[in-house]
Amino acid sequence: MSWLPKSPKARRRLTLVAAIAPVLALAAGLTLWGLRDTISFFYTPSQAHAAKPAAGRAIQLGGLVTAGSVVKHPDGRVEFTVSDHEASDRVTFHGDLPDLFREGQGIVAVGAFRADGVFEAKQVLAKHDERYMPREVAKALKEQGEWRGDAGQARK
Amino acid sequence: MIIEIGAFALCLALVLSLAQTGLSGSARLRRSQPLAAAGEGAAIAGFLALAVAFAALMHAFVVSDFSVANVAANSHTAKPLLYRVAGTWGSHEGSMLLWCLALAGYGAGVAAFGRGLPAGLRALTLATQGALGVLFLAYTVFASNPMARLAQPPVEGRSLNPLLQDPALAVHPPFLYAGYVGMSVVFSLAVAALIEGRVDAAWARWVRPWTLAAWSMLTIGITLGAFWAYYELGWGGWWFWDPVENASFMPWLVATALLHSSIVTEKRGAIAGWTVFLALAAFTFSMLGAFLVRSGVLTSVHAFAVDPTRGVLLLAILGVASGAAFALFVWRAPALTPGGVFAPISRESSLVLNNVLLAAATATVLLGTLYPLIREAVSGEAISVGPPYFTLTFVPLMGALLLLLPAGPLLAWKRGDAAGVLQRLWAAALIALATGLAAFALVDPRHAFGAIGVAAGAWLIAGAGAELAERVRAFRVPAAESLRRLVRLPRGAWGMTLAHAGLGVFVLGACFETSWKAEAAQALPIGGSLDVGAYHLVLEDVRAVEGPNYLAERGRIRATRGERLVCEAAPERRFFLTGGQTTSEVAICQRGASHLYLVLGERRASASGASVWLVRAYWNPWASLIFFGPVIMALGGLVSLSDRRLRLAVGRRAEAAS
Repeated sequence: MSWLPKSPKARRRLTLVAAIAPVLALAAGLTLWGLRDTISFFYTPSQAHAAKPAAGRAIQLGGLVTAGSVVKHPDGRVEFTVSDHEASDRVTFHGDLPDLFREGQGIVAVGAFRADGVFEAKQVLAKHDERYMPREVAKALKEQGEWRGDAGQARK
Repeated sequence: MIIEIGAFALCLALVLSLAQTGLSGSARLRRSQPLAAAGEGAAIAGFLALAVAFAALMHAFVVSDFSVANVAANSHTAKPLLYRVAGTWGSHEGSMLLWCLALAGYGAGVAAFGRGLPAGLRALTLATQGALGVLFLAYTVFASNPMARLAQPPVEGRSLNPLLQDPALAVHPPFLYAGYVGMSVVFSLAVAALIEGRVDAAWARWVRPWTLAAWSMLTIGITLGAFWAYYELGWGGWWFWDPVENASFMPWLVATALLHSSIVTEKRGAIAGWTVFLALAAFTFSMLGAFLVRSGVLTSVHAFAVDPTRGVLLLAILGVASGAAFALFVWRAPALTPGGVFAPISRESSLVLNNVLLAAATATVLLGTLYPLIREAVSGEAISVGPPYFTLTFVPLMGALLLLLPAGPLLAWKRGDAAGVLQRLWAAALIALATGLAAFALVDPRHAFGAIGVAAGAWLIAGAGAELAERVRAFRVPAAESLRRLVRLPRGAWGMTLAHAGLGVFVLGACFETSWKAEAAQALPIGGSLDVGAYHLVLEDVRAVEGPNYLAERGRIRATRGERLVCEAAPERRFFLTGGQTTSEVAICQRGASHLYLVLGERRASASGASVWLVRAYWNPWASLIFFGPVIMALGGLVSLSDRRLRLAVGRRAEAAS
C-alpha cells in the first residue's frame, strides 16, 4: 500500500481520521434529519388556531383545563377543554389521567388534531409537583397577561 | 441548637476548603512537605465538618424540627422514618449539601489513599478539589442554605412530594451523586496533570480506579431512577428521553468513554490529550446535569419546583470551573508528548472507535436536550424533542458500537489480526444469528427490529463468553489447565467480561420489552374482566385501606392464563392527605423475567350509576433484564476496582496484558 504516508505518526493520524469521519458524518446527518422531522411544536390553543397544524401532525397542546369541562366516560375515555383565555380546544384522551390532573391546572397534551378539529391526545402531562407549572404554559399565559401570580411556584 | 452546630460546621467546611486550596497550592509551589500535609489535613477536616453539618440536617428531619425552613417545606410528622431520613436530600438545598458532602468525601479520599501519587500531582489535585469545594460550598452557604430558620415555625410541615416517598428513590440520589461527584476527582487529577505538564501511564492508572468507582455508582443511580420511573409513575415505561434523564445519562456516556480511553493511555501511553479532555468533560457534564435539573430551563416530566436565580448561579459555577479547566487544556495540551503508535487494526484502534462512537452519541443527546433552548432563543418557537429523535440518532450509533464491541477485547495491542479475531468469534456470531432467527420465527407477532435487537444482545453475551474462553484457552488445552487459568484470571478481566455481558443482558431486555410489550386499558366494574397478552384479568374487589400518611383504594386482581391462576395482584391508588396528591402503586407480577404490570386507576360512575375503576394492564416481557443488566455492569465495575493491580504502588509496570 504505497499510497499510505511513510511516517508512522502520519499513518496513525490518517487512521484516526478514517475512523472518525464516517461516524461524525453519520451522527451529523441523523441529527439534522431528526431535528427537522421528529421535533414537535408546542402551541397554546390560540397559537394553534393561528398556525393551523395539519391534521395528524404530532404537536403538543398546552393550556389550562377549563373548570367544569371534564367529562369522564365509563369506557375510559376522557374529554376536556384546554384554553388560554383567548381560544380553546376540545381534547379527547383514552386512558388514565396523570395523578396531578385537575380542573384549572396547566397541562400539556401530546398528540395531534383530528380532521374534525378535536385534539386527540396520546399522552397528557401534568407535573409531579403541584407547585410546578409547565414552562411553556406559564410563558404563554404571561405573554397574554393572563398570569395570575406564581406565589406557590416561586420558592420552594 | 443542633442545627446551629450544623450551620457553623457548614461555614467551617467552606473555610477549610479555602485553606485546602491555599495550603495544597503553595505546597506545590514551594515543594514543601509540611504544607502538603496541612492541605491533606484540611481536606479530611473539611469532610468531617460537612459530615457534621449533614448529620445535623438529618437530625432536624428525623425529629421534624419545623423551625428549619427546609424541614418545614419538605417533611411531615406522619411520614415514615425512612422518608424523613431521605427527605434530607429530597429538597434542592439538601441535595446540594449532599453534593458538597460527596465532593469533600472524594477530596478526603484522595488525601487518605493518595499516598502513591507523586507529591506534586497530589498537592495540585487536592488544591483543585478544594477550589471546586469552595465554589459549591459558597453557593450552598450564601444562596441555598439548608439550615435557615423560620421566624414563625409552622405546627406541621408541607411534606415531601408523595411520588418521592419510595424506597428506590430514597437511595437513588446518594448513588447518583456519588457517581456525578466522583467525576470531580478525575477532573482534579486532569487539571493537576495539565499544570504539571505530564500525562503518562502512571497518571492514567490513577484515573482508572476513580473513574471505575464513579461510573459504577452512576450506573446504579441511573438504574434506580429508571426503575423508580417504571413502577412509580405507572406509565409502563422506563426511559422517556426526558431532559432530566438525559442529564444523568450524558455524564455516564462520557465516563464510559473515559474508562476505555484511559486503558489506552495506561497501557500504551497513547491518546493522552483525549483522555485528559474526557476527564474534564465528565465532570463538566455532571455540573451541566445539576444545572439542567435544578434551574428548570428545560421542560421535563420529572421537573420539580425550581428557582431560576439559583440556576444562573449554578451556570456561573459551571462556567468558572469548566471554563478555567478547558482554557488550561487549550494552553497546555499541545505540550503533552504523543504516545506509542498503533496499526489501523489493533486494540488501540478499537478503543478509539469506541470513544468516537460514544462521543458522537453524547453529542447527539446533548444537542437533542438543548435544541429546544437553542430554537427558542433563535426563533422564539417552543418545541420539544421527543423519543423519535433519540431513536433515530442514538440507536444507530449504539448499534454500530454493539456490533464491534466483542471484537475489541480479542484484538492484540499495536497490531491486531482481524481474520484471527473473526475466526474466534464465529461461534458467538452463530449463537447470535440463531437467537435472532428464533426470536423472529417463534415470537408472535413477528417483529424484525425486535429480532435484530435480541440477536445483538446474544452477540454481546456470547462475545463476552468467547473472550473469556480465549483467555483460558478453552478446548485447546486440557480442561484442568483451562480451569487453573480461569481461577488465576485478574479481576480486571472478570470485570470487563461482566460489564460487557451485562450490557448484552440489558440490550436483550430493552429490545424484547420495547418490541413485544402489550397494553390494555378498560373501565371495569367489580367482577369485570380484561385481557392483556395471554392473560385474563378479573377485578375481584376494591377495598379502602389506611396507610401511615395516606388513604388508599386497594384492588384485588386475579390474573389467569388458560385455567391456571397466575397471581393475585393488589395495585393501589393512594391519596395523600397533606398536599392532596394521588399516586398509583403499581402491582407487578413476576413471570420469569417478564412483568405483568397492573395499575388501578380512578373510580368513575358508569351509565347505570355503579362504580367502575379504570384498570390499565401492561405485559412487559423480559423487563427484569432491563434493570438486571446494568446491575451486572456495575458489579463488573466494582470487581474491576478490586483488582490488585489498581491498588499497587504506581510506577510498577502492570503485568503484560493477557
